[in-house]
Amino acid sequence: MSHKLLEVTQVVKVFGGFRALDGVTVQVDAGEILGIVGPNGSGKTTLINVISGLYRPDRGTVHYQGRDVTGWNPTRLARRGINRTFQLPKPFKSLTVEQNVDLAAHYGKKGRPGIADPLEFAGLSNIRQQSASQLTTAQQKALDLARALATAPDLLLVDELAAGLNPVELDALAQKLLFLAHQGMGLIVIEHLLGFVNQLTQRVVVMNAGREIFEGTLTQAAENPEVVAVYMGE
Amino acid sequence: MPKIARSLWMNGFIGVVLLVVFGVAPGFYANTSILFQMMMYIVLAQGVNVLYGFTGYLPFGYVGFFGAGAYGASLAIQMGHLPGSVAMGVGAMVSVVLGLVLLPLLRLAGAYFAIGSMAAAEIVYYVVSNPALDKVTNGPYGIQLVQSYHPVESYAFMVGALGLVTLGVMILRHSRIGMALLALREDSVSAAMIGINVVTARAGVWLASALVAGLAGAIFAWHTSVFYPTTVFDLNISVFAIVFTLFGGAGTVLGPTVGVVVLFGLYNVIGISSPQYFQLLFGVLIVTLVLFLPNGVVSLLRRRGWDVP
Repeated sequence: MSHKLLEVTQVVKVFGGFRALDGVTVQVDAGEILGIVGPNGSGKTTLINVISGLYRPDRGTVHYQGRDVTGWNPTRLARRGINRTFQLPKPFKSLTVEQNVDLAAHYGKKGRPGIADPLEFAGLSNIRQQSASQLTTAQQKALDLARALATAPDLLLVDELAAGLNPVELDALAQKLLFLAHQGMGLIVIEHLLGFVNQLTQRVVVMNAGREIFEGTLTQAAENPEVVAVYMGE
Repeated sequence: MPKIARSLWMNGFIGVVLLVVFGVAPGFYANTSILFQMMMYIVLAQGVNVLYGFTGYLPFGYVGFFGAGAYGASLAIQMGHLPGSVAMGVGAMVSVVLGLVLLPLLRLAGAYFAIGSMAAAEIVYYVVSNPALDKVTNGPYGIQLVQSYHPVESYAFMVGALGLVTLGVMILRHSRIGMALLALREDSVSAAMIGINVVTARAGVWLASALVAGLAGAIFAWHTSVFYPTTVFDLNISVFAIVFTLFGGAGTVLGPTVGVVVLFGLYNVIGISSPQYFQLLFGVLIVTLVLFLPNGVVSLLRRRGWDVP
């Protein structure tokens, strides 16, 4: 039996009395991009936090490359090839741009090939020696991506990387993510910009209140009464 | 010259200067006690520097390791009849074992860690000085190491310890491990996410700084040869080491050294003759540092674009 790259099954995450994830099931194959959309607070980032090991799910399982990795810590998952970007980019500001990426390659790569020059790929090759504390927000996001890619992930979780980019930058980013998928990487992309998601994938999951309310193409989603109700109000 | 090579060269220069100065100074300056204590505080300040500068943990109970090292070495001499040189290693190891026992402290952060580590040091003090342990530690009556008293050899050991610790910090500052620790200090979540093992890294630094303090304590015990629990578990030792480090600038090799030379020098000029003014000065200094120079005096150089080793 062949396994999907990632299989998240009936995952529940509760904070106090709040069910941030209420039985979510998603799957991603190698070379596939899954878009996750939904209003603020619908559980998108919580889902990524569970997959990347920041949160341990209260119920449900996460299987990666056929292995049960539920409750593994982020370090272990990163070394196995799951990495992510953050909604608010978090470069190590006391290091240079290049050191940020070198460190990730040294500790996280563990023999996987990955892309040759993540800084070049992210468009940062001209500021390698610059301190990461001097970057613009867009550059910080690019570095976040480069650092994640330096660990040569097989599964990349992208959390609102496109927010704040102009149309030209958006298009360039979309091309990059498509290239990664083409190389065989599985991607989950969380995004509010529906046009951007549409450019990337035909497979979208719509979340609301910790549940998955729709799966299909964005065009189909726009015709789904429940999705419309969530976005436009009843 | 490339930046990193220049920085390494500068570090090496500092190390050699320190060794030469403290190595030949007893030939010109009779008060070796001040020289010895200055070295001891540089070693301790570097230990604090490694822990605070690279992980952000501020150990107010650092003296616990110092005392453990002092007692570990003394008991190895008294009960194990080991030569002083070997006992130094035993002292350092006792301190590392204490570090292992206290590993759960690292689950605390910020002020909680500072207070927790202080409480731990007090616990060790009360255990060691307990009259019920009279047979082992001699309780509150302290230690006398007449049989192994050797001021010259123990002084040489402290010079050696100074060299080793300076070299260690130097290597750490320029190695990938040092970089990983800086990353970890800044953002432990991101550090974990790029594959840095947060728990192992923190534990490693904690044990290394315990080893440094234990070694300093052991050599102090050997050099002094007569001391009481209150001497080697004096919380002022922690406070001094921390203030010296912060004054100079944590995370550098130069900072703690400058801090000790300036402040401990000052302490010996006015602190002993008129302690009340020294306390006042120390207080004003700490407040000023926190408000205006949180990264120490070496940050003044950094602001001018210098690469501080």
